[in-house]
Amino acid sequence: MHESSTTARSTTGHVDSPGGAGEVASGPPSLDRRRFVGYVLGGATLVTAADLTLGRVPARGAVPSLPQIPEIYDLEDLQTDAALATSQLITVTIREDGTAAFELPRMEVGQGIVTSTAMILAEELDLPMRKIEVTLAPARPELLMNQLTGGSNTTVSTFTPIRVAAAIARQQLLEAAAARLGTDADRLSTIAGTVVDAAGNAIPYGDLAADAASQVIKQVGVTLRPREEYRVIGTGRKRTDARAAVTGQKDFSTDLQVKGAKPTMVCRPPTHRGRPVRLRNEKQILKMKGVTHVAQVPTGIAVRAKTFGQCINAIRKMDVEWDLGDLAGENDESILEGLRAAELPMVVPQVPILAEQVDLDFEFMFRSSAALEPYAAIADVREDRAEIWAGLKVPILAQQNIARELGMTQDQVKVNVVTGGGSFGHKLFSDHAIEAAQISQAMGKPVKLMWHRADEPRQGRLHPMCTSRVRATMLAGQVLSFEQRHTSVVTDFSHGLGEIITSTIDEAPTEVGRYLGGLGFAETIFTLTQELPYNLGAVTQLLMETDQRFSTGSMRNIYSPDVCVAAELTIDEIARRMGKDPLELRLELCRNDRVRAAIEAVAKRGNWGRSMPKGTAQGIAVHKEYKGCTAVLVEIDCRPRTVNRKVRNAVTGPRVTKAVIAVDAGLVINPIGLEAQMQGGFMDGLALTLTSSCHLEDGRFLEASWDNYYYTRQWNVPPQMEVIVMDPDVDQPGGAGEAAVGSSAAAVACAYARATGSVPTRFPINHDTISFKPKSFIPPVPKSPTNGLKFTY
Amino acid sequence: MPKQTFVLNGERVTVKVADDERVLWVLRDLLGVTGPKYGCGINVCKACTSHINGKAFNPCSVKVGDLEPDDEITTIEGLADTVKGDLHPMQEAWIDRDVPQCGYCQPGQIMAAVALVRKVQREGGTITEADLDGIRNICRCGTYTRIREAVRQGARKM
Repeated sequence: MHESSTTARSTTGHVDSPGGAGEVASGPPSLDRRRFVGYVLGGATLVTAADLTLGRVPARGAVPSLPQIPEIYDLEDLQTDAALATSQLITVTIREDGTAAFELPRMEVGQGIVTSTAMILAEELDLPMRKIEVTLAPARPELLMNQLTGGSNTTVSTFTPIRVAAAIARQQLLEAAAARLGTDADRLSTIAGTVVDAAGNAIPYGDLAADAASQVIKQVGVTLRPREEYRVIGTGRKRTDARAAVTGQKDFSTDLQVKGAKPTMVCRPPTHRGRPVRLRNEKQILKMKGVTHVAQVPTGIAVRAKTFGQCINAIRKMDVEWDLGDLAGENDESILEGLRAAELPMVVPQVPILAEQVDLDFEFMFRSSAALEPYAAIADVREDRAEIWAGLKVPILAQQNIARELGMTQDQVKVNVVTGGGSFGHKLFSDHAIEAAQISQAMGKPVKLMWHRADEPRQGRLHPMCTSRVRATMLAGQVLSFEQRHTSVVTDFSHGLGEIITSTIDEAPTEVGRYLGGLGFAETIFTLTQELPYNLGAVTQLLMETDQRFSTGSMRNIYSPDVCVAAELTIDEIARRMGKDPLELRLELCRNDRVRAAIEAVAKRGNWGRSMPKGTAQGIAVHKEYKGCTAVLVEIDCRPRTVNRKVRNAVTGPRVTKAVIAVDAGLVINPIGLEAQMQGGFMDGLALTLTSSCHLEDGRFLEASWDNYYYTRQWNVPPQMEVIVMDPDVDQPGGAGEAAVGSSAAAVACAYARATGSVPTRFPINHDTISFKPKSFIPPVPKSPTNGLKFTY
Repeated sequence: MPKQTFVLNGERVTVKVADDERVLWVLRDLLGVTGPKYGCGINVCKACTSHINGKAFNPCSVKVGDLEPDDEITTIEGLADTVKGDLHPMQEAWIDRDVPQCGYCQPGQIMAAVALVRKVQREGGTITEADLDGIRNICRCGTYTRIREAVRQGARKM
């Protein structure tokens, strides 16, 4: 382990004179890029800080996936009013026991950011990871919208600010030690949480924490370590919470014990976004075993009891009059018709003279973004204040919304961020926290709200149904044009992404700003995220959204997987028409060296082009986003004996037998964590193409169980899976959480088309077969079985 | 209210609750044992997988009244105590392969893996691809590949 290394590191920077912030250091550019300004805050122990907007990459022609910062906070302003500036800061605290504490203004949902953040701190602090405590920050309104976890953006946006705060802390400790030892800071070095000198004196950080503290706010400059000196960043580190997770000690929202917060569930309408009119048998329900309270809220009838089992029993007995809402009578086909009517026209006319055209038309069905941990939140609402505990990726907005719902001011609502049992976009919204607050207020009691599994696909956030049409024109072996028209049920961006985008657009270079300024949120986000890495002549990719009646949101990406599947299938079709190999064409068209390297890496490792039996095939695809790219090669088996294999209550179908993923995520913090995100992202892409969707019938979604909504299961998993981490030799980290989904979905689709000889046009490919008996809608939750002891093993 | 008695992680417990309450809610809501997670309540997702007398079962689908006073229920919290050493070899394999992402399903995955390996070993075999394909526990983070590696690794030490 590097962290126990005995090599001490010398100082790499000097404290600039106060007020030196404005003087950007002259010198080689590589040093300039590592010089920053931060703060030592006043207090009893050492607390250092950095502006969360540091290290922001300016928008260029190729616009990044998600603008990182809601507002530029000018350094000049900070200098003028340091006290005001501190409200915008993130801080590192060195405690007198020698440990460091950091509150991450993001949410951990399994993507590994607590571990990677501890690694970044360990690097600049020279402190072992076990002495670093990273916790999740509660809602901090002063960060404005800079507390959104999404768009695979956490490391991209926090990498530099965290390093600056940590580097200043280490620098202050060196200064304090120098004063104590009567020497200069640059004659000292740090090693594993101790300052040492050449004479063998060693002072632990904890002993210096108070000395290093400042009575006043001090502005200082610091130079970050160069990449060549990294010892922690780039090495594989296991998750800091792994032991807690495997011993059952890791707590999620419903595991928390908050006094008086009894189990609470909601009886929900049969139709998607229906509404309750009234509960006809309230007296009967209140008499049921364990039931303490019943209350009507906008989403249904809530019941609070001693156990969740009693809540389920009560819901099953409720006699509720429902308003079925706007979707009654609608089904997949009628919604699809609406999308078709809204589709934007192509520019290049059909069948131009001499040229050859590829015209493809794809449909993507509704999908549920629900995590395994259902929506859950604890709320304790009193007369004059409220406290909430929930998994929330945009806690500031949750706080605002809850305050509004409760008729309180924002400062009367405390919002605690709890580690989430998965999110995938589902926890961008605060539906669960708002609902818990409404119920707690209506009942006048603390509540522990949990959604039933059946509630999730039926009433929870969905990835919208959409179509993607592509027209490519070829002449004399060249692609002249590539047009893509993506038409989607409206994606809800009310979690605040829109505000970030709008405020950032104002700062974009003039030509970018002018172009984006005329678009709405959704079109803007689409434009900011979609980029084809190929030379395809005149390229246009446009989005049209229609139909606001669904509860929607992002789902481990926004538009990318569907857009990528449509585009990559089209590339394969162009290759077929030109008589070229899919790999060969991609390399020929590729206009980015990092993308090319990733494609070549999977092709080589995956032995592209090897001879395969009939009914099986390889597929290859690439996706460029999140300041990096992923390339995926798969092998699929579509032979009848595989497709028709039987597993109880399951969809089997084609089996991907092998997957090779190459990921270029820029500067890699934790390769083990990155590999995990690639593997997980692949499982999502696999499900999107082959198995997972929701079916709308008469305004009701049929799915109510994991044996209805077919997310990837072990019997679908490729027995062979390999991840190649590319080293693009850059200083900028990229995103990981969503990066593999689009290319994986596309590679599987391409392989399926090649194995079966026909290009699928509706995804997932099994959508038209309903392989389960839908569970009841009234009552909306199924009874728990009682025969569990028959299935022991 | 009837009294329910059984052995939980090595200790005899008695709870006042109706016969038809499912064991999952007795564990989580009444006894505060929260390792077994709720993911569906209908014996599908397997997030609550625990052991009864050494075999895997899903407490969401068993009435507490169906437990006998001597039935030994082991949840993830009690797994390490069933072996010598700090952790069960399956938990160690899970840490070594860095399996968990969000971690929500992992207590159930580990309890299912331990029971599966015991079953295969009782039958005189070793873990096969088909055995791994047959694991029904859902992981919505998609940690399946590392789960497969960890089950094999854990099995070698069991």
